Order: sequence, then structure tokens, then C-alpha cells
Amino acid sequence: MKVGLFIPCYINAVYPQVGVASFKLLKSLGVDVDYPLDQTCCGQPMANAGFEEESVELAKRFDRLFEQYDYIVGPSASCVVFVRDHYGQLLAKEPHRCASEGKIYDICEFIHDVVKPTSLQASFPHKVSIQNSCHGVRLMHLSSPSELNIPYYNKLRDLLSLVKDIEVVEPERPDECCGFGGMFAVEEHAVSGQMGRDKVKRHMDTGAEYIVGADGSCLMHQNGIIAREKLPIKTIHIVEVLAAGL
Amino acid sequence: MSTKHSKAAEKFQENKELAGWHDQTLWMMRAKRDKISREVPEWEQLRDMASAIKMYSNSHLDLLLQEFEKNAQANGAHVYWAKDADEYCSIIYNILHGHNVHRFIKSKSMLAEECGLNEYLIQKGIDVVESDLGERILQLMHKKPSHIVVPAIHIKKEEIGELFVKEMGTEPGNNDQTYLTHAARKNLRHKFIEAEAAMTGANFAVASTGEFVVCTNEGNADMGTSQPKLQIAAFGLEKIVPDREALGVFTRLLARSGTGQPITTYTSHYRKPRKGGELHIIIVDNGRSNILADQEHVKTLNCLRCGACMNTCPVYRRSGGYSYTYFIPGPIGINLGMLKAPLHYYDNVSACSLCYSCQNVCPAKVDLADQIYRWRQKLDGLGVASSSKRLMSGGMKVLMEHPSLFNLALARASWVNSFPRSLVYNGLNDWGKEHEMPQFAKESFNEMWKKGKVK
Repeated sequence: MKVGLFIPCYINAVYPQVGVASFKLLKSLGVDVDYPLDQTCCGQPMANAGFEEESVELAKRFDRLFEQYDYIVGPSASCVVFVRDHYGQLLAKEPHRCASEGKIYDICEFIHDVVKPTSLQASFPHKVSIQNSCHGVRLMHLSSPSELNIPYYNKLRDLLSLVKDIEVVEPERPDECCGFGGMFAVEEHAVSGQMGRDKVKRHMDTGAEYIVGADGSCLMHQNGIIAREKLPIKTIHIVEVLAAGL
Repeated sequence: MSTKHSKAAEKFQENKELAGWHDQTLWMMRAKRDKISREVPEWEQLRDMASAIKMYSNSHLDLLLQEFEKNAQANGAHVYWAKDADEYCSIIYNILHGHNVHRFIKSKSMLAEECGLNEYLIQKGIDVVESDLGERILQLMHKKPSHIVVPAIHIKKEEIGELFVKEMGTEPGNNDQTYLTHAARKNLRHKFIEAEAAMTGANFAVASTGEFVVCTNEGNADMGTSQPKLQIAAFGLEKIVPDREALGVFTRLLARSGTGQPITTYTSHYRKPRKGGELHIIIVDNGRSNILADQEHVKTLNCLRCGACMNTCPVYRRSGGYSYTYFIPGPIGINLGMLKAPLHYYDNVSACSLCYSCQNVCPAKVDLADQIYRWRQKLDGLGVASSSKRLMSGGMKVLMEHPSLFNLALARASWVNSFPRSLVYNGLNDWGKEHEMPQFAKESFNEMWKKGKVK
């Protein structure tokens, strides 16, 4: 089982430590993981803004880059699910079928559903509040969406429960959007900013020290709010918690 | 980078207290919906059935509508077909004119809003009175609904108190809800008695029986239709359901989804004209049959107009109904506006973070967020795409297609961290209005990997 690590553009640029933690975590779980060089972006920002055409070349490039791997695994639910749900159509005119869509996983999903570890070495003696991201919840099914009448589950919580000394909570309105939404955060900045402030407040109301999530973009947005308002809470990507001490 | 919606939303957010109250109030309806939907174990199957029935009925409209017409006529009703808003308005006017009606009472109908019925009739000299309390308040204020189920949700009781002093002679300063409701009730009683004709919309029309169903909480629709001998009802052609078994699926979903009630206080089935009276039913197309042919957007015809997508929409709750340029706001309104006239209503398409909550609450499984995503892809072709978004997307494309450029940008990016604040946080940086900028790493992951630092 050969895994190609997918590092989205903003993680590459802003949160490389999340990439490092992802690599270490997968390796520690005995996964044969490699990083195909010179990755850039999956194309989601342009597509969500209405310029899908601008993403086609990136999709082709991505598909070639990960051709030789059995799995593609990345620490960003939103980017991963964009590849899964949209690449087939973006590459519809190609002579071959999209190879990525069927083998790409968010790292939490991959560890939870494929690797299935029963224990982790990590210890994280803090109270954390889960950021259930929209695309993680409603498109990737990482947890039961609050709108649906189905039994509760949460793959992030399952994984965090393997971490020693941690306390895991979820905010009120557990999966309401934090307001990032790519260019939405710029174009609709007043609403986006209010959504972000509301979200951070609900995380803070749990008494958590950290907001922890599988989507760095939601965390980046909330981090910008936290820094602006000088709020007493931090954000951390879930792989950094799961890889703590590695 | 702004749209009519984003500008109006920014204004709405200026009054933080009211904006916060609006969010909380609408969220309460969402929370009630969640709670009551969990009391129905087969909830998700019901949604599946509702969607399947709608897909069936919308693809068999020709048969079902004719079946309805035949049965309604057999029940003694007059049935009309209106291809557009003009026909709809003139059919109603002709009925009223033919019966020498001057005082006309109607209950809330989004179709009437869609077609501009009130304005049309008032211009022709007919006194139109809205009888649902929210609509009545708006009519007296000369305002439009800001939500399709709770149309006056944005108005505070103090404003209503002031309005009633002027319109109904209530005590100045007395804004007690019960007192004001009683005043409205007393005022409306006279209107009911004086009315020479009454009109309702319809939530459902049942093909197999020729009946139509009106769901309300106040009972004013029933009060209106119980007095005058002349009754009119009009509905959009997608309101048809095959039979009463199908109807049961929808009546179980409608109020639970919209307001979190098990069922609306009144679910009235109208079948025949009253003794000695007349019943006129108008089936309206007004663009709906064009949607049937549009594979990507056909599911908007599944919509029950329950309002659940508005209640859950984090953008609607924080921007208010008036921030949208189409008369129906929120996720369903964004889509219906685009289907009606894309060049008029494209401003609303950006009012969505693509959180997909609307798709999950929709009782008839309209793929609302997927459709918004698809509309965004069409804006460039329509010539109305945002030029700054195009510039950003084009710039990203170039950068991302060339790893050497991307890596160079990454190597330089951390410089930005040390720029003076005045250079970064200026009026042009919309991100900087709400947030601090993310800090670029000194070394990107690409660079760390190449240097063998990732182990």
C-alpha cells in the first residue's frame, strides 16, 4: 500500500508543520508514505468562485502526480472532497478516467476507515473543541450532520479519544459554518467575519483551550479572527494533536 | 469585490443587536425543526419519499394537472390556466370585476407576491386586504416580506406598536403582544365581514380528488373563505400531488421543517364551492414549465416553500431577507431568482459559503448548494462574473500551474509578514477588515521536503 501525501497550497505556505505532522503520523502507523514533489493547489478556490475552467489543468497535473499511488491522503477535508466530487467532471474530456477521485482520502478518514489503529502514542493534556467543518461533515461524512435524523458519530472524536490526557468537547451549533468559504470570506466579509466571531465564541464557551479540526482553512479564518480580537483560545490542526510527541 | 447582497449585508450587520437577534430567532426555528424531526423515526425516509414523489409529479404534470382539472370541475369549481403573471392577474381581476367586487380579502400567497397581484388590483380600484397578521403588518407599512413563512420576522414589536397607534388607534406606548394581536383581530373582523370575495394560495393540490390544501397557523385564511360567497385560489403548477397518500407525506414534513410544529394549526382541504357560492381555481405556470427542461435546476420544483433553508442558512440569518435582490431570499431564492432572470438576480449567487446545510434540511431534497455552485460556473458566460474574482482566479491558475513560480512565491511570502500594518490593512483588503492576515511560514513544506527536513 503506497500512499502519496497531498499537501494543499495554503498548508504548504502557511502551515507546513501540519504537513510534517501528517507525514510523521502516517509513518508512525506503518504506512508507506511518500510526497510527490512540487504540488501546488487542487483548484477548489477558483472553482468555488465560479471559474471551474481555471482548475482543469491543475486537475490534470494532480492526476498525473499521484498516478503511481494506491491512495492519496491529505490533511484537508475540503480540498480532498473537491478532488473526490469534482475531478471526474473536470477531467471528463480526458482520454482516460480520473484516477484520483476514487483513491483520495482525508487523513482522518484514512486513518479511521483504512488504517484503523486501536491506540496512538500521543498525549495532549488540554481541553479541545472540535471544529466540525462543513465539507468534512456534509460532503465527506466525517461526522453525523446536525440536520439529519441519523445516529451520532464523529470520526474526529473517535481519533481524538485515542489521545491520552485530552478532553474533547463540541460547541453549541456543532456544525454551523465558520464563514470561511474561500473567496466568500473576502466578497462577503461582513457576514463571514460575523460567522467567524460567532463560531469562535461558541468554541470559547465550551471552556476549551484549543479549536481542533481537520480543515486548516476553517482554522486559518478563525485564527485571523482570534488574532484581531485578541481572544484567549488557539487553533490547532487535528494531525498535530494526533502526532503530538512524534 | 462586492455585490448588492454583500453591501446590503454589511449594512444589516451595522446594527449588531438587531442582527444578532435575527440570527438567534431564525436559529431557534432551525433548532425546533431539529428537535421535532427527531421525534419521527422515519424522517429521512419521508424526505426520500417526498423527493421521489415530487420528481414523479413534476415529470407527469400533464397527466396530473388535467386529472386535477377534471376532478375540480366535477366538484363544481371553475378552473383556469395562467401562463404568466399577466394572465394570472387579469384572470383574477376579471373574476372580481364580473362579480362587482370592490372589497377583497386574501391570505398570504407567495405566488401573489411573485406576480405582483396586490399592486395590479389596487391600481384597478379594488381594495385588497391581507389577512395573515405578518402580511397585514407589512401591507400597512408598505413593505415586502423578508421571509416566506414568517414574513415580518425582521420587524420588532415596538415598530408594530407605533404602526397600530396610527392605523388602529391603539394606546401609544402599549407594545404588549397580546394587546396588539387583539387590536389586529378586531380590526380584521370588520374586513372579513365587509369582504365580497376571498382568496388563498395553496400549499398542495391533489390530482385524484380535485381538492387543494391550505396550511396556516392563524386561521385567517379560513375566516376569509368562510364569509363571502366568492372564493378564489391560485397555485403554481408544481404544487400538484398525485393523491392523498402522497399529500400525507408532505403535510408531515411541511410544518416540522418550517417552524418545528408537528402540523400547522389549520390544514384546510377545499373541494367544493360553498352552497350558493362559486369557487375559482387558477393553475399558474409563470416560468415553471421552462425549469422542467433544465436538468441542472429541475429540483427547485420540489420546493414546498417551508422556509427551512432560510432558517438554517448562516448567511441569511446574518444578512436578513432584504439583502437579497429577489423577492424570495435565502438558498431557494438565490436559485429561483437565477431561473427567473439571471441578469437581474446574479448578485445573490455569492451570498453562500457552500456549507451545504440547506440541502440537509430541505424536506424535498432540493440540491440547493450544488445548484448555487453550478450557477457560479455560469456567471462568466453570462458576462456578469466579478472581475476581481476572475483576476484572482486567473492569477492563481498561472501560479499554481507552474510549481517553480509557486515555490518562488512561497519563498518570498514570509516577507509579507513584516510589511507595515498600514500597507497590509488598507481599504482594499477586505480580508483585513475582519481578520489579521495569516502568517506565511519561513519555509514551505515543498522546501522542507527538498531539504530533507521532513522525517
